[in-house]
Formats: sequence, structure tokens, C-alpha cells
Amino acid sequence: MAKLTIISAVNDAIRTAMKHDPRVVVFGEDVGKKGGVFGATDKIQQEFGEARCFDTPLTEDGIVGAAIGMALNVLRPIAEIQFQDFIYPAFDQIVSELSKFRYRSGGQYTCPVVVRTPYGGGIRGGLYHSQSGEAFFCHIPGLQVVIPSTPYDTKGLLLSAVRGADPVIFMEPKRIYRDPSLAEEVPEEWYEVPIGKARIAREGSTISVICYGAMVPVCLQAAIEAEKRGISLEIVDLRTLLPLDEDAVLASARKTGRVIVVHEAPKYCGLGAEISALIAEEAVDSLEGPILRVAGFDTPFPNALENYYMPDARRVTDAVDRMMAF
Amino acid sequence: MTTNPIDYKRVLDADGAPVAGETVPAIGRDLSLRMYRGMCETRMLDGKMLILQRQGRIGFVGTAIGLEAATIGSGAAFDAKDWIFPALREGGVAVYRGMPLLEYVGQMFLNIYDTSKGRQMNNHFQHAASNFVSWSSCIGTQLPHAVGAAHAARIKNENTVMCAYLGDGATSSPEFHSAMTMAAVWKAPVVFVCIDNGWAISVPSSRQSAAPSYGSKAEAYGMPGVDVDGNDILAVYRETLNMIRRARAGEGPGLVALKSYRMLGHSSSDDPTKYRDAQEVEMWRRRDPIERYRKYLLSLGWLDKISDEKIQKELESEIDAAVEANANAPRLALRALVEDVYSSVTPHLRAQHDELIRVLEQFGDPAAIEGRFPL
Ligand SMILES: Cc1ncc(C[n+]2csc(CCOP(=O)(O)OP(=O)(O)O)c2C)c(N)n1
Ligand SMILES: [Mg+2]
Repeated sequence: MAKLTIISAVNDAIRTAMKHDPRVVVFGEDVGKKGGVFGATDKIQQEFGEARCFDTPLTEDGIVGAAIGMALNVLRPIAEIQFQDFIYPAFDQIVSELSKFRYRSGGQYTCPVVVRTPYGGGIRGGLYHSQSGEAFFCHIPGLQVVIPSTPYDTKGLLLSAVRGADPVIFMEPKRIYRDPSLAEEVPEEWYEVPIGKARIAREGSTISVICYGAMVPVCLQAAIEAEKRGISLEIVDLRTLLPLDEDAVLASARKTGRVIVVHEAPKYCGLGAEISALIAEEAVDSLEGPILRVAGFDTPFPNALENYYMPDARRVTDAVDRMMAF
Repeated sequence: MTTNPIDYKRVLDADGAPVAGETVPAIGRDLSLRMYRGMCETRMLDGKMLILQRQGRIGFVGTAIGLEAATIGSGAAFDAKDWIFPALREGGVAVYRGMPLLEYVGQMFLNIYDTSKGRQMNNHFQHAASNFVSWSSCIGTQLPHAVGAAHAARIKNENTVMCAYLGDGATSSPEFHSAMTMAAVWKAPVVFVCIDNGWAISVPSSRQSAAPSYGSKAEAYGMPGVDVDGNDILAVYRETLNMIRRARAGEGPGLVALKSYRMLGHSSSDDPTKYRDAQEVEMWRRRDPIERYRKYLLSLGWLDKISDEKIQKELESEIDAAVEANANAPRLALRALVEDVYSSVTPHLRAQHDELIRVLEQFGDPAAIEGRFPL
């Protein structure tokens, strides 16, 4: 087994998928010779040829639309959108077509398309290379929305997505793409991590912290801080946002009775709202305090001040303090 | 693209001598030298910004090196009252039109001199006073804006022409199609200036479009298009001005396609050796647009070694002064996080801001800005 970072796990998953399944094709802007602007498809074209890994003209709308057509004609497309911020030209294809082909055709036509896209801040990309738009996609029945936070999950979830029957928006936390502290052993062969299942990233008993993607390491750091003060955080890494693992969320909420939801996306109408509502509906009698949210500001994403925009361990710790003072 | 030779409009040959039978635009000495200065300033700014980037003092640079004839030659053809809707590499045009260097460099440092208040990525210049409009990173989005602004000018009976810059890559965006369609149907006074610099990051312009040429794309929309040697500033100027005159006279939009070459990577984070041939780069190095124009100016006697050195020295000290002032500029206030989302800061955003201040006061402020931009 090799020690991989998240970005190399993406690359490894793509290679594994292409080896196992000749229907898998990979395309997007700069995925060929350059191997993707983040290197996700590094050497894939070299290994599998231009027929299976190819650059597209600069049209996200075309990329997703063509991926749908390829899937209808029984390929297994993995389309890359270079930055999640640039997925919006494809919004119509995603919202009106990708998510609804199965439904509108009574199951006669299906679109098992994987749209991979790096999301989130922390790379000094300003307002158009930093966004976390997951909530838009979570509002679209028919889609699955997946966000891994570890190399192992990245490969396993991506392979599940490729094998699955339904479309997946696969959002990759680019800030921690290369984080060496997250590198871990990843099996070389095909394995799957199921879509729709959360993971307990750290067991705890005082407060449940529900998070995903690049916020998982932030929350784990806050857990170390909290432990020094005798407060035990349980870190729930959602891994899939749609469909949500309601059982895992509710089990943790019932166990600790205190919940903080953390995400980088704006707070208003973010995933935190949905998760809070779920817990309020199903587990309010277990709660010992209000559900708190730590999130990005309800503003566009800044550049110079990005480190103040994104939740960090101190903002999570502050929420922990407020929770304990309740 | 097909292998049919394309009729690239030219005024100067490779050695800066006028091509027989071609009309040299009658622009006179002052404007000729002003354009030369603009080209040199653009190149020097790029060079200095790259050094700052390598020193880790700024994050990202996307240069116009090799494209100075295309940017300055087209930009110079528009009037001060006209509006420029730029793409990534037209910062030199902003400076040419009057953007202060202090602001230009401030945009790279993302400090208080940056009029976008540190929100945009680097190389996203704006200068409202000279009608150089704010650009977003989303390729192609500016094109329908230029059409709308042009249509508005007609409705208001203004004699303004809008300039819509775009790259070869942007011709594939859905907005290009929408903008070309609407502009032609409305006969909007807009000139599309497409700088085909050979590349959209790693995708060659020959793989971006299967049309015979970028200029030829105009025809099917119902507007004229012209292909121009984009390293020949006089041809760029002449052909852009032709389209502007038509548009100003109410004859509708046009497309000017400027064939040039991006000499460096897409940006400071790109390694172009991964996807392109060193020989091709060498070939284009020999077609350097500044060298070519310099030879022309020298041959006319409008420039000589001494006056050229004087220009370079002046530019250098102006740019260095702007860098110096920026290096010591105060950082942005945290307020910038919540300002300009709406016309006034809403109570909701004020509360979010105050909450942050409370947390920072409680926990102290590490502040170190980390992370680098990959492209
Ligand atoms: C809608 C959108 N998709 C993708 C990108 C990423 N991207 C940034 S620049 C670029 C290539 C642009 O090529 P071109 O239009 O030729 O401009 P150039 O960089 O060559 O000046 C790409 C793909 C983007 N900024 N916007
Ligand atoms: Mg280009």
C-alpha cells in the first residue's frame, strides 16, 4: 500500500476505475497533457490514451451536457469542472437534465455521471476560486453530493460514485489536497466506501461536531484543544451530504445532547440549517442546549481576508465555550 | 482549424518595415510614442510583478508578455469615453487609460490601495474613472455585459462604443454565443477584441475551435470579423479602429481577432513545459511585438537609443515608487469582509462582523496569510 494525499488518491481512483472499467472516460479543461490544474489527472492521458482522457473546449455547460449524452450511450464519464466556482454555466444541465433524466423518463434513461470539482477557500483564489456551493446541489433531488476529507475515503467514495447508478457531484476539498499530515495508506486495488454513510472521525461524549470536507481537520484540531480542558468532542464527518446519513447524525446528537455544525459555506440556508432542523424535529428531547452553527460569512468569498472568513479552530472553540456556558 | 492560410492583416513586416501597399495609420509621433511607452510599461510591470511573486510578496501573476501589441494597440484605438470590459491580461490597457500605478500594484498586494478591497484574485484590475470595468474570473461573463452597455448607449443616444476583450478560450463559453447573437441582432455599438494567444491554459487554440480562424466566427452571427497579426501594433490599431468607427456610425458590432502568443505560462503557478514545445516558444520570441515596433520607431527617427533609455528609466522609477508605497501600505480593515455586499451593511452582516471581532479579541489573532494559488 502506498501513502497518498487526497489529490493523489483522486488520481489513483481514476486510474483504478479506468483499469477496471473500459467504459470510464475522463474529460474536462486541461485534464490531458497538463494532467489537470491541480494534477488530479496527472499522467492519465499518457497511460490510457487520448480517446479515454481528453481536453474539452472551455464550456462547462458543454462538459456536463456531453457527459450526460455519454452516459445515455452507456459510457461512464468522469467530468472535471476545474473549480467549483465555474460549475454555474453548467447549472442548467445539472439541475434540469442530469438530476431529472431518470425521473422524467420513468427510469428508461439514466445518467450515471460523476462530476468532480475542487471546492473551498484557503488558496488565495479570491471570490471565484474559493466557493463552497454544495447547498445548491443538495437542493436538487436526483443528485448525490459527496465531499471526502481523507485520502482513503476519497478513493473509496470516488469508486462508489463511478460504479453507482445515479449522478454524483463529487466535491474535493482543494485546500487539503496536498496536506502531508493527512497522507495515509490507501489500498492499490478497487474498494468502495458507501455513498450515504457518515463516519465518526473521532469519538467523543460531550458535544457532537458535524462537519465535512476541509472543515474536518479544523474540527479535529478544535477537539484536541477541547480535550485539554476536559471537553470531549465527537467529530462526525458526513462524507455524503445528499442523501444525508440521518441515522448517524441523530445517533451522535442523542448520545451527546449537544450539537455544533461547522461548514465553510455561508451560514444562511447552508447545510447547517438542514442538519439543525433534522435534529430539532427528531431528537429535540435529547438536547441540552441550542444547536450552534459555525460557518462562512453571508457574503461573497474574500481574498486578502480569507482566513477570517473561513471557520478555524478558534471559532469552533468559541462555539464549544458558548455551548458549555449554556 | 483548416490548414488554409489565413489572411492576417499586417502593417509592419517582421523587421518593423511597412509592408508595401498597406496603409500605415496616420497617428503621428506623440501617439506612436505613447503606445510604445504603454507596451514597455506593460512588460515592465509584468516583469516586476513576477519578481514580487517569486519573492513571495504577492500571490499570483498572469502576464501579458508577448501580447503587448494586441492589448495596447487595441486599447489605444478606443476613446476615453468608451468603456472597456477586460479579460485577464488587459491590465496594461487600464494603466494606458489612466489607472494609477499605485492602484495597479495595490491590486496585486491586496491592500488599501486595491479599489476592489482585497476581494478579487490578483490581476483583476478595474479603474472606474477611465471606464475600465471590473472583471470576474468567470471566463466569458463580461461579453453580454458589454453588449448590454452598448445597447444602453444607443437607447440613451450616446456616441459611446464598448470594447469587449476575450481570449481564444472564451470563444467557447456560452456567453460568447449569446453576446455575439444579441450584439448583431441589436446592431449594438460593441467591438469584440479576441486575443488568440495560442493557449487557454494548456489547451492550444487550434483545439479550442474548428472554425477556419477566430475572425471567421463573426460571419455566421451577421457581423464583420477580421484576423490580424496581433504582434503588429499598427495593424492591431488600424483594424480595431475600423471596427470602432463602424460601430460608432451605427453600423453595428464587429470582431477583431488578434493572433499572438502567450510567452509565459498561463500564470505564475503554471508550468507550460508540460504541454508545449520549446521550439514554438522560440519561434514566437523572434516575433516579439515590442522589438518590431521599436525598429519601426527607430527607422523613423521618432525614437533613438537615448530617448528609449529615458523612457525605460522613467517607467522603472515610477513602478518602483508604486511598489515601494505598496510595500508599506496598511492592511485592509476587517470591515471589508461585510461591506459592499449590499448598498449598506445589513444588521445581520454587522452582527456577523462584530461576532468575529469578539472571537478575535478573545483568542488573539495569528493573521498570517497562508496558502498559494494554483493557477
Ligand atoms: C467559466 C470558467 N471556466 C474555467 C475557468 C478556468 N480558466 C481560467 S483562465 C482559463 C483559460 C482562458 O483562456 P483564454 O480565454 O484563451 O484566455 P487567456 O488566459 O489565454 O488569456 C481557464 C480555463 C474560468 N476562469 N472560468
Ligand atoms: Mg488564450
